[in-house]
Amino acid sequence: MTEEIIIAGFGGQGVLSMGKILAYSGVMQDKEVSWMPSYGPEMRGGTANVSVIISDERISSPIINQFDTAIILNQQSLDKFEHSVKPGGLLIYDPNGITHEPTRKDINIYKIAATAKAQELGISKVFNMVVLGGFLKLKPIVDKQYIHEGLEHSLPQRHWNLIPQNEEAIEIGKSIIEPVQVL
Amino acid sequence: MARELKLMKGNEAIARAMIASGADGYFGYPITPQSEVMETLMAEKPWETTGMVVLQAESEMASINMVYGGAATGKKVATSSSSPGISLMQEGLTYLAGAEIPCLVVNVMRGGPGLGTIQPSQSDYFQSVKGGGHGDYQLYTLAPASVQEMYDFVFDAWDIAFKYRNPVLILSDGAIGQCMEKLYTRDNVARWTEEERRANAPWATWGKPATRPHNIITSLELDSARQEVFNLKLQKKYAEMKEKEVRYEMLNCEDADYIIVAYGSSSRIAMKAMQMAREKGIKVGLFRLITLFPFPSKQLAEVAKRVKGILCVEMSAGQMIEDVKLATECGVKTEHFGRFGGIIPTPGEVLEALENKIIK
Repeated sequence: MTEEIIIAGFGGQGVLSMGKILAYSGVMQDKEVSWMPSYGPEMRGGTANVSVIISDERISSPIINQFDTAIILNQQSLDKFEHSVKPGGLLIYDPNGITHEPTRKDINIYKIAATAKAQELGISKVFNMVVLGGFLKLKPIVDKQYIHEGLEHSLPQRHWNLIPQNEEAIEIGKSIIEPVQVL
Repeated sequence: MARELKLMKGNEAIARAMIASGADGYFGYPITPQSEVMETLMAEKPWETTGMVVLQAESEMASINMVYGGAATGKKVATSSSSPGISLMQEGLTYLAGAEIPCLVVNVMRGGPGLGTIQPSQSDYFQSVKGGGHGDYQLYTLAPASVQEMYDFVFDAWDIAFKYRNPVLILSDGAIGQCMEKLYTRDNVARWTEEERRANAPWATWGKPATRPHNIITSLELDSARQEVFNLKLQKKYAEMKEKEVRYEMLNCEDADYIIVAYGSSSRIAMKAMQMAREKGIKVGLFRLITLFPFPSKQLAEVAKRVKGILCVEMSAGQMIEDVKLATECGVKTEHFGRFGGIIPTPGEVLEALENKIIK
């Protein structure tokens, strides 16, 4: 199994930390992982993205330009990465702020209204975990127990009291993701 | 810290390895994409645990000269920077080499020339292995290609530095520095005691007992004849490194029709390109340089005899390729492929370059 993922959105949406929690969960499950952020000028305001690879084998290049899954959280990122999804791959997007829907006909497309749901429930801080939950519903590449360990390793100990809230957000994400186009 | 499985950035691995390998001091100045080295050291506060000194200097020139001062006393001292900062250190580096002072310097390369970009590049190869400063000197140069190697090579660097009384350079780039991967940490090595330091660095300036003459640390010699003797001694040392300390990795080279030569993050991309080529039925191997100086010339020449072509992949205009051609005496078709300015080539581009420049 090798899963190559891009997570892209605005800085501050928790893109990098979502990737880190996913990657750390992979480490805990004894997978090979890599986490490669964009750290360029875009990180100083504007868009942020991270490629995460989780695999059973030694990872060759941590830098990739074709993805099994794209998790997209704003229009710029949709424009940039829709065409980088491998044919037959998966595109997940949050419709918040999206003005041009994805147009690819050869990939699976799901949407997750995570921004709206997180605002409604007053849990905007764990918005990214709602999105992660949606992804894990479709591709359960890491088990629940390892997500818990991934959270423990990713968050400083003083924030461990927030782990249940993060896990709840993941469950909410699993329940609200919906298909747009399934091959 | 005992042996543990972690997920961390290459830069953080460098910092943690410095603490774990018993470094006595670090002097640095922040620059992207290596700022996490000092950030991690400052957050870890090793001065409260191992006693390691961490200091933000006022410039890179100050950092490298603080390294000179600290390391001249036989302590394990390091600095790190990225390309423009390493350029500022060149004077210090040639003085360190000339005074035969062991130390560790880490360069997390970014695009140049000048201030360039903050994204990954490998265009400091010439500066690293052809003498960025003046005079006939060499830095033992290690090129890590993973976060694990960023960590492990710090431990190896101290061994080489003190064995040969020579500065060691870890030449990395923004991709490996910023990438997070799995890492097994090692058991902490205690900092040398005063007795151990005197035993391991009998040449250093740790105070003159009545039983021996002065230890003098300098790169100045006014007598040309004596300077030549010293130059010959240095060359003998470099020759010994070439003989004994060459490191490289070969993947699928046994049956290869073509090989890619690369180091650092380019070697990771090349590895993926190699896999893609093999899936298409093209027998491609990867010769990964681990030491850039000493260059694995003999070993590469041996492989080159058996192949139809070599593609050199480096994020530069083609620097390493010169040493590849020297090693193989241009005996086989050899071409360069690279991207500039912080653009990282994709595995697909590397495969395409191999097909268009070498196979066709």
